[in-house]
Amino acid sequence: MRHLLDTRTLDRATALRILDIAEDMSDTQSREIKKLPTLRGKTVVNLFFEDSTRTRISFEAAAKRLSADVINFAAKGSSVSKGESLKDTAQTLQAMGADAVVIRHPASGAPQTLATSGWISAGVVNAGDGTHEHPTQALLDAFTIRKRRFGDDSRGRDLRGVRVVIVGDVLHSRVARSNVWLLTTLGADVTLVSPPTLVPQNVSLWPVRVLYDLDQALAEEPDAVMMLRIQLERMNAAYFPTEREYSRRWGLDAVRVNALPGGSIVMHPGPMNRGLEISSDAADSERSTVLEQVTNGVSVRMAVLYLLLAGERDDERGGDL
Amino acid sequence: MSETLVITGARLLGAESADIIVEDGVIAEIGTGLSRVGARVIDADGLVALPGLVDLHTHLREPGYEASETILTGTKAAASGGYTAVFAMPNTSPVADTAGVVEQELALGEAAGYATVQPIGAVTVGQKGERLAELGAMAASRAQVRVFSDDGFCVSDPLIMRRALEYVKSFDGVIAQHAQDPRLTEGAQMNEGTVSAELGLAGWPAVAEESIIARDVLLAEHVGSRLHVCHLSTAGSVDIIRWAKKRGIPVTAEVTPHHLLLTEELVRGYDARYKVNPPLRREEDVLAVREGLADGTIDIVATDHAPHPSEHKACEWQAAANGMVGLESALRVVHQSMVQTGLIGWTDVARVMSSAPARIGRLAGHGTPLEAGRPAHIALYDPSVAGVFTEADLHGRSVNSPYLGRDLPGRVQFTLHGGVLTVDDGAVVAQLRTADASSERGEAK
Repeated sequence: MRHLLDTRTLDRATALRILDIAEDMSDTQSREIKKLPTLRGKTVVNLFFEDSTRTRISFEAAAKRLSADVINFAAKGSSVSKGESLKDTAQTLQAMGADAVVIRHPASGAPQTLATSGWISAGVVNAGDGTHEHPTQALLDAFTIRKRRFGDDSRGRDLRGVRVVIVGDVLHSRVARSNVWLLTTLGADVTLVSPPTLVPQNVSLWPVRVLYDLDQALAEEPDAVMMLRIQLERMNAAYFPTEREYSRRWGLDAVRVNALPGGSIVMHPGPMNRGLEISSDAADSERSTVLEQVTNGVSVRMAVLYLLLAGERDDERGGDL
Repeated sequence: MSETLVITGARLLGAESADIIVEDGVIAEIGTGLSRVGARVIDADGLVALPGLVDLHTHLREPGYEASETILTGTKAAASGGYTAVFAMPNTSPVADTAGVVEQELALGEAAGYATVQPIGAVTVGQKGERLAELGAMAASRAQVRVFSDDGFCVSDPLIMRRALEYVKSFDGVIAQHAQDPRLTEGAQMNEGTVSAELGLAGWPAVAEESIIARDVLLAEHVGSRLHVCHLSTAGSVDIIRWAKKRGIPVTAEVTPHHLLLTEELVRGYDARYKVNPPLRREEDVLAVREGLADGTIDIVATDHAPHPSEHKACEWQAAANGMVGLESALRVVHQSMVQTGLIGWTDVARVMSSAPARIGRLAGHGTPLEAGRPAHIALYDPSVAGVFTEADLHGRSVNSPYLGRDLPGRVQFTLHGGVLTVDDGAVVAQLRTADASSERGEAK
């Protein structure tokens, strides 16, 4: 695997390979000594043009547990307004000998630009770009769903027949996009539930169903309900009238969560707005996988870094994932 | 002022073969078996003779943005594409919103000599859309401005637009509107549709263009003024213009070469060379604008030549500047998208790229027929060759062309601007053979 830029072009076999290696990584994390020597001498740069403590520390933990050297480069504020700085930053990292660059950027496509520009020879991992994709989040979500469903028998399995409902601001969500592609590639049946203002104007090519009514989607007894974080500034841009109305129509409140069937899980990529898109009843219930998602995130990111840096640099497809 | 030339065997508008004698900056004679003692003979066997092309929509960047282009480099690019006149958009620094700036641009164009530079004036002061600029002063200036545009920005306030349309009637002016509803396109990065949904780029919906065009044709009808629509890009816009023309509204419209050839699918790699405003649209839109150009709904092809230095393109898509250079490639792209597809012939090419833009912009002495007594603005084009478009084909200061690496047909072999060769045997002439190019304009107006 040369880069991990999106899940749109990630094929089923590669996705399963990542998830299965993540299982192996997960196994090592229950040992007394969690650290593996695998990436000793490799340098991983966390290049964050946007604040995200959670994602950064998850990648940092993943790299460190594989014994890589980690450099955290917080480049916030030096990005979009100054254009060329991505190129300069990339060339700086190249000069320092970075082996992998984990990039979080507010501009959609920035990781692809970095990977294809010729500015840098390091492998590039997209840690979230604008409103485009967040592939490791989707991978950890898929890992979590699989783990809950199949437990120790997860390896090699896809998500055929699993019904997932993704609720909230799909328009601005890179998490939603990455999950749409990955979960459907793995065979899951995905339904998006969103106010009509917060779903892209034309999703006719997406392999999903779009509903506007959360109760209708929940009545179908989905296996997993994934709540997306709603950003309050959307309210000012007339996407919805008030916080209260959003919460009432698209929030996972106590009544809705209690009506779910036994095995259904509730997911959230964090950080949560308790009382807005998700109630505390839902967030703290047995169904909630919020903390498992965090734990699994480290394993999945270990798997990705491993494949990028320890695996053969050019796989059978010879190029970008 | 210029040498006497005998152009032999050129196919006039792609039809019958003829010889053309150029003397003292004008076409002296057209016929067969012509010769002149001591004249240079240009063998144009097989070349298509077109009236020098006229671009109603060029960004020359001077004054203010000389890192991107200057009037000299921009008109060299124009000449290499077969152009002999370009209308310079006013989004310079300072903005061309006063008689002083447009006269300066005019003078720089005269000094360069590669093509006639006709300044376009801003509609509003600083292109801010608030107060009318001194349109009358620009019209009365030596630059004789007839086209006014806030291009880059839409004159979105309906009242300002109405007043501008009305005001320019007194000197036969025209408002060239950049049709883009600003509220519907806040933060817009590409065409809104299936591709933007996937790429997570903020959408620039077709309706933001169409709603402004619909409003403006109704305003033009109401006040009886001429309206010109810049770089129309959607199928819906074609329908609205078609309807307006049927209704007798005095509207004209332009399409860019890139909207005739390229689609939004190219955005998928986030290569900012394909970032342009209005954005590349769907395949359906490309086919609709081709059809509109073929049936006369769209009057002209204009390049929207928009040079940018590489640092404004070699960056994240969102941070990149909008725009593509187009002067050098326009005729070849029209050849590929319109002529090779059988939609139009060379006579139509002469109309949509020369006579009609000159007429809309009221630029006398350009876009005139190839006949004796007319100014010798001529492009000789070889339609039989083809090749990969490379940076060697670019002659301006910037290389932000979306066609680099693409196969394009044809080649401009010679360009004559007022009888002066600006392109000679496929190469832009380094030193023009005229002491005083400005005298050419005296004949033109």
